[in-house]
This record gives sequence, C-alpha cells and structure tokens, in this order.
Amino acid sequence: MTTAIEVSGLVKSFGRTRALDGLDLTVRTGEVHGFLGPNGAGKSTTIRILLGLLRAGGGTARLLGGDPWRDAAALHHRLAYVPGDVMLWPNLSGGEVIDLLGRLRGGIDPGRRAALLERFDLDPTKKGRSYSKGNRQKVALVAALASDVELLILDEPTSGLDPLMEAVFRDCIAEERRDGRTVLLSSHILAEVEALCDRVSIVRNGRTVETGTLADLRHLTRTSITAELAAPPAGLAEVPGVHDLDLHGDRIRLEVDSIHLSDVLAVLTRAGIRSLVSQPPTLEELFLRHYERGAEQPRPAGLPAATR
Amino acid sequence: MRALAGTGTLTRLALRRDRILIPIWVAGLTLIMVASASSVDTLYPTLESRRHLAEGLAHNSSVLAVYGPANALDTAGGLAMFKPGGLVFVLVGLMSLLIVVRHSRAEEESGRLELVGAGVLGRYAALTAALLAAVAADVAVAALITLGMIGVGTPVAGSAAAGLCFAACGLVFAAIGALAAQVSEGARAADGLAGTVLGLSYLLRAAGDSAGSGGPGWLSWLSPIGWCQQVRPYAGERWWVLALPVAFALVVLGAGYALAARRDLGAGLIPAGTGPSSAAAGLRSPVALAWRLQRGALLGWAVGFAVVGVVLGSIANGIEGLVGDDPAVPDMLSRLGGSGGVIDAYLSTVLRILGLVAAVYAVQAVLRLRAEETGLRAEPLLATRVGRIGWAAGHVAFAVLGSAGLLAFAGLLAGITYGAEAGDLGGQVPRVLGAALLQVPAVWVLAGIALAGFGLLPRLSVGAAWGVLGLAILLGEFGPLLRLDHWAVDASPFTHVPRALDAAPATQPLAWLLAIAVLTGVAGLAGLRRRDIG
Repeated sequence: MTTAIEVSGLVKSFGRTRALDGLDLTVRTGEVHGFLGPNGAGKSTTIRILLGLLRAGGGTARLLGGDPWRDAAALHHRLAYVPGDVMLWPNLSGGEVIDLLGRLRGGIDPGRRAALLERFDLDPTKKGRSYSKGNRQKVALVAALASDVELLILDEPTSGLDPLMEAVFRDCIAEERRDGRTVLLSSHILAEVEALCDRVSIVRNGRTVETGTLADLRHLTRTSITAELAAPPAGLAEVPGVHDLDLHGDRIRLEVDSIHLSDVLAVLTRAGIRSLVSQPPTLEELFLRHYERGAEQPRPAGLPAATR
Repeated sequence: MRALAGTGTLTRLALRRDRILIPIWVAGLTLIMVASASSVDTLYPTLESRRHLAEGLAHNSSVLAVYGPANALDTAGGLAMFKPGGLVFVLVGLMSLLIVVRHSRAEEESGRLELVGAGVLGRYAALTAALLAAVAADVAVAALITLGMIGVGTPVAGSAAAGLCFAACGLVFAAIGALAAQVSEGARAADGLAGTVLGLSYLLRAAGDSAGSGGPGWLSWLSPIGWCQQVRPYAGERWWVLALPVAFALVVLGAGYALAARRDLGAGLIPAGTGPSSAAAGLRSPVALAWRLQRGALLGWAVGFAVVGVVLGSIANGIEGLVGDDPAVPDMLSRLGGSGGVIDAYLSTVLRILGLVAAVYAVQAVLRLRAEETGLRAEPLLATRVGRIGWAAGHVAFAVLGSAGLLAFAGLLAGITYGAEAGDLGGQVPRVLGAALLQVPAVWVLAGIALAGFGLLPRLSVGAAWGVLGLAILLGEFGPLLRLDHWAVDASPFTHVPRALDAAPATQPLAWLLAIAVLTGVAGLAGLRRRDIG
C-alpha cells in the first residue's frame, strides 16, 4: 500500500461552526508529512477524525486502508498518537503512563523505552500532577516513540519542549523515517518542518490550500532579486510575474514569481549583469503568505473561524 | 490590601459560574425546612398528638443519633429543626465546603487560576473570592429559612436563630474547605478531607446526643454541628452559643490564610510523592486503570459504610426497649415505612437512606467518565486499541459492583452487630444483609440514568445526573411529608424497594427496577459509541 492516510472533501461542523470545509490530505506510506495551518484551521479536528474520536460530517477518510470510525480499535493497534494538550492522571507516575499507553497499543520495546527516557532526560518516577507541560509532552512522546507501530500522529508535539529537547525530537523523527515509519506532524515550527518533512499540506479555514514538497511550494512563491546592471533593462515590465519593480539608475530590485525566474534573468543578462543577489523565498514568507491570505479575503458569512 | 487585589472580580466570576448551582442548593434547603414545618400541623393536628410524638422521639437514642438533641419537639419549629433540620446542617456544610474547594483548589489544579493570576491578582484573592461565594450562599440560606419559617407561622426569634445557626454551620465548613484546599494538591482530595471532617462532626454529635443521661453527652460539644444545634432555636434560644462556631471558623480561616501565604501556586502542604518508574504488570487494561483511579475513593466510602453499618446494627436492638409500649414511635416509623416490628421498620428505614448514599457513590463513579473526557485524559486512551465500551466498562463496573459491595458490606456489619446483641447471629445476618441488597436495583437505576446522560447528552450529564438523584431523594423521602401525589412519590426508584425484612420480598418491582437500570445503561453505552468525544 502506498498511502497511509487518504482524506478527501472532509467536512465537520460543531453546531453552527464549520470546522472542516472540504479538507483534503494524502500522506504516503513512509513519508514525514507536515500538517500546517494557523490556529483554528482544523488540524486537530482532522486528526481527531482520523483517530475515530469524532465522526466526519461528510467526505471520506481512509487510514492505513481502513475506516477510521468503524475500524478504530483495529487501526489503533498500528498507530501512536501524541495530543497537543497532554493531560496525565495526577496520581500515576510518568513511567506508569508510558507503560500503560504502550501496552494498550501494540506493545512497548523496553530497550527503546529506556533509551528514550535517557535521551529526553525524563524522570519517570514523578507523579502526573507534578510534571510541567514540556515534561507531560515528553511522557506522551516517549510512549509513542517506544511503541512498535507503523504510523505516528503527532499534534504539535514540540510546543512545550526546550530547544535542546526539540533537537532530540528531530533526531528521533529522522530515525523513524529511516525505519520506514509514516509520520503525520502537525507543527508551527518552520525549521522543524523544513528539517523533517518530505511533503507538507497547508490548511486554512478547514480547507487545504496547498500541498506538495517544500520545493514545489517554493516554486509557487516569489524570489527576490537585487542586481547591478551595465545598461537599463528593456521590456522588464512586460515579463509576467514581476512585482515590486524598483529601478534606480543601474541598480534594480524586484520580486518575481519563481516560475518566471528564467524570463527575468534573460532580460537582465541582455542588459549585462555586474552583480546579482538572488534570494529564494524563506519558509516564513512562504507560510505567512498562505496564512495571511485568509485575512485579505473576507470570510464567507456564517463561517466563523473554527475553534478546534 | 494588595494581597486581595482582584477579589471582587473573582467573586463575581464565581457567583456567575454558580448562578444555577447555588440557587438550587439554597432553594432546596429552604424548601425542605419550610415544607416540613408547615406539614406538622396536618400530620399532628392536636397538642396531645405532638406531645406524644415528642415523648417518643426524645427517648429513642437512635433517632437522637440521626437527628440531634430533642428540643421543643411539640412545636412545628422545634420539630422541623429536629427532623429534617438535623440533616440540613450536614447539607449546608457540604454545600459550603464544595463551593470553596471548587473555586479555590479546583481552579488552581486545572491551571485556570494561573491564567487569571498573571493579571493583577493578590495572593489571597482566589481563596477570599471562594469564601465570599460560599458565605453568600450561607447568608441566602439563613435569610430565606428565617423568612420562610416566619411565613409558616413559627416564632420570629426562633426562626432567626434557625437561620443563623444554619449559616454558622455553613461558615465553619467553608473555613474547613478553605484549609483543606491549602493542605492537599488535588481538589478531589480537598473535598475528601473536608468531607471527612464533616462526617466526623456528625458522628461526634451523634454519639453525644444519643448517649443519654450519664453518657458522654459532652461529645456533642466537640462538634461544630453540635454547637449549631445547641443554639436551640424555638426552645429558649441560647444566642451566645453562636459565638463558638463563628470563633472556630475564624481560627480555621486564620490557619488557611497562613498556609496560603507560605505555599507556592499549585503546591500543597502534603507534597506529591514519587511513583514507580515502570508500571506493575497488571496495569494493562482500561479496567485496571479504572481500578487504579477509583480504588482510593472506594476504600474511603467502604470505611464510612462500615462505621455506619456497625453503629446502626448496635443501636437497633435498643430501640424496642426504649420505645416500650408508647404507640407514637411505631406509628411514626411505620408512617416512614415498614409494617413489621419496630426494629424492622427502623432497619428498613436506615437501609433505604443508606441506599440513597450508595446511589451518590454510584453516580459519582459514573460521572468520573465525563471528568476523564473533559480533562482530556480519555483521548489518548481511545487512540489506542481500547474501545469506547471497554473504556467505560471499567468505571461503570465501579458504579455497579462498588455500590452493591458497599451496601452488602454495611448490611453484613449491621447484621453481625445487631445479631450478636440480639443473640441471633445466624438468623439476623442474612435478613439484614438481604434487606441491604434489596436497595441495589434502585441504586443501579440512578447509575443507569447517569450513564444514559453521559452517552446521550454529555454536556448536560453532570447536572442531569445529580438533579435526578436530588429529585429522587426529594420525592421519595420528603414526598410523603410534602403530601405530594402518588405518582410523584412513585417516580423515585426507592419508593419501589420492598421494605419487609421477613416476608419474601416482592420480586416484580425489583425486576422492573433492574430492567430500567439495564435499559438506561445500554442506551447510554449505545450513545457513547455513536457520539463525538471531547
């Protein structure tokens, strides 16, 4: 099988709030898939539907070849989940929770458990109520990573971790990928996404607005160019995809849609290039563009931002 | 005053969050008192009949143990202060401590207080706001009971004393709740701690009040509930006694505030210990987890039921001798239920009350499911191969088997102690145990209804479950007193529990109760399978 998760046209409403409005998501087996979007875009709702906790209001969702609602218990043998808000039982120790969750999945590898505790620097003897947010998250992460499963579903797993632990987390996910496991990673941390993810899907207002590899997405955005030319360029304004053109004597600054980059370079070369600085779009720009587009277009009436 | 900054805002927040809960408590408590006082004239129209009743009650140590000292029982006010007043003291205390813990430690534990606390908030603001909310409820209880009692024609001074001593009792347990909230790290544990003090206060005064002349009557003076009853509304009010609970409350509050000044946010006096670094081999199923989460509470309840069982069993034998040939008490007891001998009537009455208490246990055990769900602790479990029914089963097992076990335990101990004193161990143990177990189907009906609410109407389930239980108590226990229609009284499952200890119990109502319990429970589980989690 080549797709671990196949979601199309997913719809979910809570009362009058439409949290998902035709969301699509495809995660291929063996890839690390970044799941991105502003707060309230519907990421957690999608994950909860995939886990069979919520029932979809429309559309289809397939998880590891099964129906996430009907076959929940059977599918859960094969996956591990780290929620965004990890809450532990106040009177159970972290170690007990790790073992319990591991046993309730397919089982837990004691060697990996010990290694992960060591790497994440987690004291398993503390009681649930005395862990900080980051440490509660580590408990859930160790339980998930030490389980012998095919698919990891991680909902903003590093939101409470310090930079050191985040690095450990990245190493762990890289290892998971080498071992052939599939990971769905919802995250806001762009460096993390860039370092880990093979492909990403960006959602906004309950819909998928972009999906593909990071290279694909970069391709859809603008590159900024600063150049010093021998002569004024001719016909630059006619090149499609040029924006924010700023010509000052022989110095030129512009932004260009990445698919038209070579057209622009051809014009510049004809004019004679003395120096050239070309900056690919940063991830921040890429995401901000997708995140902010929502603010530019007024939301359709009756569709407030999803809250889950 | 910086330490109190923000108290007003938090108090308003607390009162707003409790805008339904507090009025229900206050109205319920007032209604019980006023309805009871107004029914005395119809139940006992002549002075002669009231004297007779008073005589009988005042000489029955078990009745005194349950309700308190017998004062002015031949007046409507005095009788209402005795019964149900003796129990209303416990309820006022319970209301107050629950409100305080709910708005102090529970908020802190959930982390919400931290969110608020980062704003301009004094160190004592949360605790003070919680106390003010409880005091507001107590003052409302005092005012309404005073007005209501005056309204049904009892003397003004007595009515005022009645209102004040209920409020004083509430104040004491609000203070104890505040102290408990500083001592323990969990709200559940704080409730338990303060509730234990409430239970001990009740037991101390029960022991003192039932001691009789020459016995340790002074035990009542060690109990805050005892003090409040010693104010003696309607029986030559002793106003100065009110100073005792008020002074005690102030001392306890002082201790609470002193602790609040010394501890960190989130911490308690009893530090959280460490646990094992890996789970025991048995912790591998949702049932095992439910056992781990609920066993402590069950143990506490079992201790309580054991004490009650032993006390009830040991008083039972003395009843007949105390009553003698006075016709009033058997008459009253048979009015409360039971056609057999006086002892049997007494036993079936107290066992029914015990059944109601067991229902409280069963309902809270079922509602633990909802707490797990809203506390986001159900989600990671349900993302494993644990199915929803499997997850619920562990907690439901506690409601079903735990409540039956508690009743069996209390019935067994009551049977043993009563049988040993009556010299009929072999005969009494199965009889009393059987009578206790007769309550089980009615308890299960309430657990079933709670489960149905959880599965079908999750957002309303907590309020609905407690509301149904409160209604069952009100209709079943106070319905006859309030002279309600038969259908209303019949709506309480406990009305249908067969009472006779001797005759073979009627199996048909029990079968009906069981059927309703199963149907509601199954409906709840079916709803749980179909609905969204969270």
